[in-house]
Amino acid sequence: MRNALREIALPIGALAAALLVFGALVWLAGVDPFDMAWLLFKGAFGDAFSWQNTLQRAAPLMLTALCVALPAQAGLVVIGGEGALVLGGLACAAAATQLPLPANLAGSVLACVAGALAGALWVMLAGALRQVRGINETISSLLLAYVAIGLFKHLVEGPLRDPASLNKPSTLSLPEGLRIGGIAGSDVHWGLVLGVLACLLLGGWLRLTASGFALRVVGGNLRTAQLMGLPATRLVLLACALGGACAGLAGAVEVAAVHTNANASLIAAYGYAGILVSFIARHQPLAIVPVAILFGGFGAAGSLLQRRLGLPDASVLVLQGLTFVFILASEALRQGDPAARWRRLWPARAALKESSP
Amino acid sequence: MNRKLNRRLALQTLASTGAVASFGPLSLLAHAQKPLTVGVIYVGPRDDYGYNQAHAQAAAELKKLPGIKVVEEENVPETAAVQKTMTGMIAQDGAGLLFPTSFGYFDPHILALAPKYPDVRFSHCGGLWTEGKHPKNVGSFFGYIDECQYLNGVVAGHMSKSRKIGFVAAKPIPQVLRNINAFLLGARSVHPDITCSVIFTGDWSMAVKEAEATNSLADQGVDVFTMHVDGPKVVVETAAKRGKMVCGYHASQAKLAPAAYLTGAEWNWLTAYKAIIEAAQAGKPHPNFLRGGLKEGYVKMSPYGSSVSEAAKKNADEVKAKMLAGSFDIFKGPLKDNKGNTLLAAGKVLKQTDLELEKMNYLVEGVVGSI
Repeated sequence: MRNALREIALPIGALAAALLVFGALVWLAGVDPFDMAWLLFKGAFGDAFSWQNTLQRAAPLMLTALCVALPAQAGLVVIGGEGALVLGGLACAAAATQLPLPANLAGSVLACVAGALAGALWVMLAGALRQVRGINETISSLLLAYVAIGLFKHLVEGPLRDPASLNKPSTLSLPEGLRIGGIAGSDVHWGLVLGVLACLLLGGWLRLTASGFALRVVGGNLRTAQLMGLPATRLVLLACALGGACAGLAGAVEVAAVHTNANASLIAAYGYAGILVSFIARHQPLAIVPVAILFGGFGAAGSLLQRRLGLPDASVLVLQGLTFVFILASEALRQGDPAARWRRLWPARAALKESSP
Repeated sequence: MNRKLNRRLALQTLASTGAVASFGPLSLLAHAQKPLTVGVIYVGPRDDYGYNQAHAQAAAELKKLPGIKVVEEENVPETAAVQKTMTGMIAQDGAGLLFPTSFGYFDPHILALAPKYPDVRFSHCGGLWTEGKHPKNVGSFFGYIDECQYLNGVVAGHMSKSRKIGFVAAKPIPQVLRNINAFLLGARSVHPDITCSVIFTGDWSMAVKEAEATNSLADQGVDVFTMHVDGPKVVVETAAKRGKMVCGYHASQAKLAPAAYLTGAEWNWLTAYKAIIEAAQAGKPHPNFLRGGLKEGYVKMSPYGSSVSEAAKKNADEVKAKMLAGSFDIFKGPLKDNKGNTLLAAGKVLKQTDLELEKMNYLVEGVVGSI
């Protein structure tokens, strides 16, 4: 019970502390901090429009965060989700425009599967390089992301280019029937449902199944896993493939729901934002959902802050940075018994207290 | 009160989605009665010494006009985020006119929203609005800034000692190619043997690559630079550090390198902004397609730097006077591309307004580089 309370109280306390510091900063800049706080809330969660705004921004982040979280559960630090995302988007556009897919739901699913597959293979490549050649996966996945972006641009500006796209090189547009629309008439597209589902399913898999547990053992202690005869390499590759598939799916959904074709606007750093989301969520798929929504909320609120108060875009980054630093700092309070920590910090005083009658 | 008004406005807008289409002019008249809220959206920071700053400068001027309220947002990516920003400006701020200034905002983002908000006017910078294909409440405006790049070239042609000038470019797309070609043609009007080396960095904002490109061109003997990237700051400062000269782009970068800055090609977006706003305030039809050059006041030159020679100034001023009089053509035959193919036979001329020029896909003879 006390633990559950702590799980909720710590992030909220961190958020409050960040707001306090940020409020002081904007107050120094001559902006009313209460105005700012009201606008923040209104912009992120104030009404139906704000919620749609927030959720739409959160949707791709859930999937790209999974691309960090799953390999992390297997002990890998993968930061190249951006590469899987852009290739996923490209594969979706290529499949939809170059193959005779049926122009219905099945076709959309196939195009998205193509995207997920491309992302899975790309991140698996980084995992395989680590398992087979001992190459650090953090570096290789990041570098592979640059390769992926290069490949994306080459294909979009070359063989796959729609000759009519003059000043903005793009692939051909997806046929109307393959595009993904909004949920029940809202602006929020089905990517949000996919993101939440992926987080729930993968979170459940890690917690409830034997293979999920095996994966966490590999991540926890590789030697133990090997002694127990777990197929470590296969599990690592599986985690990479699942994570990459999520990021690839994010790219495919962006193409099918937002851009309608693959072009350089797809490279919008969702993959990198996902790293932050996953680390804040401590690589727990279930925690990714609220963290991604918080992140989306910052984006939505930042938009309103800029328009109403004339604050620069960077101010929202400051708030976001403050929040995450406070959340990470609050982690220190999570482990162990606060009273014991107090005694460790002030041994003399604690001893004094204990010795006093 | 304000909040209620906005909500009512949003409801009105939603409710009128279908019905108002047939009463278009009427609803526009209704709009003209109250102060007009104008939303300006930038893809990068407002103080980038470049593309976004040029727009922000014009937006700052708009704020001084009576009956106008300006809301702004910077660093808005060309994703669902810009659709949310536009919707937010309409629903939360009550904007009746939007200036989404980045090229990538047009398709699919503006085109997705415009039919949903038929009595909001969308004015996009750079796009090619097409009659019959795009909604009537959408328009595009742009300037013939290649005229200024031609004048940059004339000055560069006079000032270059190595007879090698350089261009740091983002992507090989028509708008950029037109500037490169105009810069070289301007320089060749002074010395027919001048060459212009071009390096494409691959994207609009790549500070490191822009610096590398500038250094590598300087190593090859280039002594006058210009560029077409979103923020010319890096190229200007790097060129100046190498002791080279530079012609600016988008906005004035003279402050960054006063000694090295010769002149520059600047946007003057206020002209287009004003024309579009006046139409909105008067309830006249939305100007769907606006283009203009020096003569129309869409573009302007930076004041000459102190190092520019008298001969260069005189020559550039002469050409500029002809452009202002409307009696100068940049792209005229005989003209070949840099692979030897004939583009225009002798005597043939492409006027600035020719849409053929907006599809440019070649580098002219004298440009060293490939697309």
